[in-house]
Amino acid sequence: MIEAHQLTKRYGEKTAVDRLDFTVKPGSVTGFLGPNGAGKSTTMRMIVGLDAPTDGSVSVNGRRYAQHSAPLQEVGALLEAKSIHPGRTAFNHLMAQAHTHGIPRRRVDEVIELTGLQSVARKRAGAFSLGMGQRLGIAAALLGDPATIMLDEPVNGLDPEGVRWIRNLLVGLAAEGRTVFVSSHLMSEMALVADHLIVVGRGRLLADTTVEELVRQSGGDTVKVASSDPGRLRELLAAPGVGITGRSGSEELLVTGVTAREIGLKAAEHGIALFELSSRQVSLEEAFMELTRDAVEYHGTTGPGLTGTTDPLAGADPATTSGPLTTTGPDTPGRAA
Amino acid sequence: MTTIAPIQTSGPAAEGRPRPAYRVTGRRVLRAEWAKLWSLRSTWITLGLALLFVVAFGLIASAQYKSRITSGGRMDHDFAAASAVRLSLFGTNFGQLALGVLGVLVTAGEYSTGMIRSTLAAVPKRLPVLWSKAVVYGLVALTVGTAGAFTAFLIGSRIVTGTPAALTISDPGVVRSLLGAGLYLGLVGVIGTALGALLRSVAGGISVLVASLMLIPGLVSLLPTAWQDHIGRYLPSNAGESMFTLHHVANTLTPGTGLLVFLGWTALALAGAAWRLGRTDA
Repeated sequence: MIEAHQLTKRYGEKTAVDRLDFTVKPGSVTGFLGPNGAGKSTTMRMIVGLDAPTDGSVSVNGRRYAQHSAPLQEVGALLEAKSIHPGRTAFNHLMAQAHTHGIPRRRVDEVIELTGLQSVARKRAGAFSLGMGQRLGIAAALLGDPATIMLDEPVNGLDPEGVRWIRNLLVGLAAEGRTVFVSSHLMSEMALVADHLIVVGRGRLLADTTVEELVRQSGGDTVKVASSDPGRLRELLAAPGVGITGRSGSEELLVTGVTAREIGLKAAEHGIALFELSSRQVSLEEAFMELTRDAVEYHGTTGPGLTGTTDPLAGADPATTSGPLTTTGPDTPGRAA
Repeated sequence: MTTIAPIQTSGPAAEGRPRPAYRVTGRRVLRAEWAKLWSLRSTWITLGLALLFVVAFGLIASAQYKSRITSGGRMDHDFAAASAVRLSLFGTNFGQLALGVLGVLVTAGEYSTGMIRSTLAAVPKRLPVLWSKAVVYGLVALTVGTAGAFTAFLIGSRIVTGTPAALTISDPGVVRSLLGAGLYLGLVGVIGTALGALLRSVAGGISVLVASLMLIPGLVSLLPTAWQDHIGRYLPSNAGESMFTLHHVANTLTPGTGLLVFLGWTALALAGAAWRLGRTDA
């Protein structure tokens, strides 16, 4: 459990982290999202005590990180920047870290095996590829067998194989009941693994929400329907909670709040010919960009009530911008499970 | 590697096993710093160089003295008045550079590589890291320095037997001087460690180390003589040198006072390092 209260970090005039309040609950994967420079890394560095907060506080399992008698057993952290001496072998690096806590050599061998570093464990870490370096960082994070794992941009710069490895790792960690706090500037990546999302922009909390909630807030899934009589179809579909947009003179309508199936049935019932009927999922990437675009103007809110906007797609006209939507087949299930 | 199955991260028996009681202790941090020191190639190379410098330059000085004495060549006054101890310890000038630089690397090297983030994540109380590095490396430098000083003397004193400089290990003050030289080199190592932690830069640490040990004494010689006497002997290099001179010379400190003054400089550097380590973000 990580709890931040009014966590603030200022560098001179610049405020990197601005009064952040959030809680990372145990046993879940919490995504920490924000554009580059949003203060994610600084926040993570404050969690493990590398940076001191200018104001506010952050605690790990009820105490400041530095107050724990075995900090590596509380939080295992993979920070974005390299945190190894390139002249030391992977094994020696891990062993030195282990010595500080009295962690036995057996556990060092164990994490080397878990991260697939056996073949390079005796090689100097400076010669490691990015992916291998990342594995070594994760091995170090797992060393104390901590209940909370914190990873800063773990997939940055990795090849697809490495990305998949990290993804499986995160899922595996969460399945073991660990708390996983992982930062990324890629919403799509987060959507695959995270249950909970903490979104920041310019150091401020923009949203503390779940993936589903964010999708809903972003207007939910949309159905694109092209028909012989869009005007009539619009009237038929009109109901509270249903949003319909379309250009005049166009056959196409974009409908939210009704499923493709319902639209199809309704059209058949009234004899309207349909030329196209497809569900489109809200791209989380776009929802995220929408949320962070004017980061500085928004004020942090906790809970699901993002920014108080009720307009789906936040003012963007879906008929003219295809941006917020990605097309998927009519019966495509939700986000990759 | 290509497995899709979630990766097991805690090995066998993940569930329901008692969590091992790990704990950071001072001794364990020392152990870790010891392991870190010896797991780098640069440590072995630099320590080897330091030992080589101390011994080789001591022997070269002794051999030079011997050849000039026997050939009746010209010698400046200083050289002519040298003792076997002084000749053998000629190499400390060079050895201190190697040992001091390695001291800087021990701490500043962690900042330049990013290792410091791992180090402080494991020991977030921070200060134990500095004390451990200073103790571990100080003892290693002390050992290398003492070994070098004794080796240089044992061989060098044979070279100069039968000359006015001749001394044996049992002569009064000889062992004290050699131990003083070892202690001086050990403390130079500690100062290097402290400077590295204070400046967090290898280049910066080495520059300040070289400046304080080698350049400032030269600059002080430009000051008026009265000032020189007052200030000069308290400078790190001069106070340090007093620790291993055989015979006390006017305008210098006694070995004991020299040791105290040099310890003071070391403590000052360590205090600065501790202040910076505790206060600034890593």
